[in-house]
Amino acid sequence: MNSSPAIEASGLFKSFGETKAVNGVDLVVQSGSVYGILGPNGAGKTTLIRILATLLRPDAGEARVLGHNILTDPDAVRAGISLTGQFASVDEDLTGRENLILIGRLLGMGRPAVKARAAELLDAFGLSDAGNRLVKTYSGGMRRRLDIAASVVVTPDLMFLDEPTTGLDPRSRNQVWEIIRALVDGGATILLCTQYLQEADELADGIAVVDHGRVIAEGTPAQLKASVGAGALSVRLFDAVDRSEAAGLLEKLVGAVTLEADPASLSVACSDAHRAASAIAGLARSGIGVADFSLGQPSLDEVFLALTGHPAEDAEPVEGGVR
Amino acid sequence: MNVEPTNRSDNAGADEAAVRRAITSSPRPAPAGRVSAAITFGWRGMLKVKHVPEQLMDVTITPVMFVLMFTYLFGGAVAGSTAEYLDYILPGILVMSVVFTTVYSGVALNTDVTKGVGDRFRSLPIWRPAPLVGALIGDSLRYFLAGFVILVLGLALGFRPDNGIVGMAAALGLVVVFSFALSWVFTTLGLLLRTPAAVLNAGFLGIFPLTFVSNVFVDPSTLPDWLQSFVKVNPISILAGVSRGLMHGGVDRNDVYIVLAVAVGLTAVFAPLTTRLYRRG
Ligand SMILES: Nc1ncnc2c1ncn2[C@@H]1O[C@H](COP(=O)(O)OP(=O)(O)OP(=O)(O)O)[C@@H](O)[C@H]1O
Ligand SMILES: [Mg+2]
Repeated sequence: MNSSPAIEASGLFKSFGETKAVNGVDLVVQSGSVYGILGPNGAGKTTLIRILATLLRPDAGEARVLGHNILTDPDAVRAGISLTGQFASVDEDLTGRENLILIGRLLGMGRPAVKARAAELLDAFGLSDAGNRLVKTYSGGMRRRLDIAASVVVTPDLMFLDEPTTGLDPRSRNQVWEIIRALVDGGATILLCTQYLQEADELADGIAVVDHGRVIAEGTPAQLKASVGAGALSVRLFDAVDRSEAAGLLEKLVGAVTLEADPASLSVACSDAHRAASAIAGLARSGIGVADFSLGQPSLDEVFLALTGHPAEDAEPVEGGVR
Repeated sequence: MNVEPTNRSDNAGADEAAVRRAITSSPRPAPAGRVSAAITFGWRGMLKVKHVPEQLMDVTITPVMFVLMFTYLFGGAVAGSTAEYLDYILPGILVMSVVFTTVYSGVALNTDVTKGVGDRFRSLPIWRPAPLVGALIGDSLRYFLAGFVILVLGLALGFRPDNGIVGMAAALGLVVVFSFALSWVFTTLGLLLRTPAAVLNAGFLGIFPLTFVSNVFVDPSTLPDWLQSFVKVNPISILAGVSRGLMHGGVDRNDVYIVLAVAVGLTAVFAPLTTRLYRRG
């Protein structure tokens, strides 16, 4: 593997009618790293991936993927990439095993080799029991795992993963994260689109935050979180009457307090578990009843608010499919 | 308070070590060539016929019902006897049945493109039209099966044409060739419209009048003049006429040429159009 970047893009533009889906994006992704594209609905993540995967021609700008120009040499690009799309990119009317065999055959594997490979992958991805069932009977998590398995039938030099955990329950999400981590340990280069800061944080080495087709911030997860001011301790009280007293106390123990819309809830910027624990203990000592509390990372909303000064509004509802 | 997922055994999760091994162990072969990629997609088409037989049922049930209904309800009134009417209607219903099936080629293509699989196929290092060409192989199998069902039904009901099995096979062959050509129209439609349902509706909106305002059900000489002139130039009528001729004897050679010419024309216009639209995505 060479040391030139896996992706180098500059000045990419793509609009659909009035919508500027990708509006001047520059991007460099080093091989052997996981790069996260973080943004809300309609930010242009999928459009960007489709341009880089040679499925869509940009209106302007250029990009080299794995050293090949996406416009003049798309075949060479396709020879080294794999795409796990946002909307399950597997065939629902086939079984899981048939899906893997199909991809393997298309990628030039011989019949016996492809059978063995399908069995190996079904096993590794925890799908061997379901391998002979039609994909339309799969749960969302199983579908996603199969989808990722289909992307590694022949190990790609660069993987595109478009929102691999959106819509999954926490357990399935963890399973998918484990798979992605295993791929990373195995040396894969991944471009990962996501709406969740936590996901980018857990998996990515570098993150670009996109909004309305533009990169509005770029850095390591630590840099980004620092720019937002870390996480928050949220507390819900048994009795709303106690709120002003609790606010005073937390202000003294931790820092600036935000009063939430719920009259019994308040939160305070805090990323240190020890401080959070002593703050909760402080509330208890003063006889203020705490119904529940949580120490969370900043949500994407908070990142947005911090970076843009406006909340991340949903640009548009998502439609059933992408053309 | 741990809530168990219902399908726990299937949902066992991945084996991290095995995943790591799996992605480091695979060598990269040269991707499949054009023919081999198309054949692989053909295999996919056949698997779909096996896994989703409903699609075939949907399009054969209507023609089967028409055969039964028309033969036994109207046969006596329209043609004098049910046996005579079956002789008249069956070759036409064969045409109708297979032609209906072609609409589903467009629906299937639209489903592929609007769902994520299409994107995956298009991101593979293979000949871009391979999924299209392969799908048509599977579709041709479906056309054969749809026609076959009608012919078997006919035989069961006592249909015994003069030219026997050979005539029936020839008619089926020609109908499949024509349908193959016609299916390009619907694949084009499948790439222009947004949803599979829209393709289905638009497809049948076109194909219904074309099959009903033809000689499939009634002899056109009973129709008013203005309608007759349309029925006569309707390619479905000509195909039904040829199909009758091949089964019962007395086929008009010129009509065979017309059918083939229409097939070539449709393919020449719509196959490149479909391919262009598909490449562009
Ligand atoms: N084929 C298309 N035709 C018209 N508009 C499109 C098309 N594809 C995307 N768009 C528009 O471009 C913008 C960016 O869409 P895109 O799908 O890239 O966003 P995204 O970041 O992937 O969003 P999500 O998180 O919802 O998947 C949206 O406003 C969307 O409506
Ligand atoms: Mg998207």
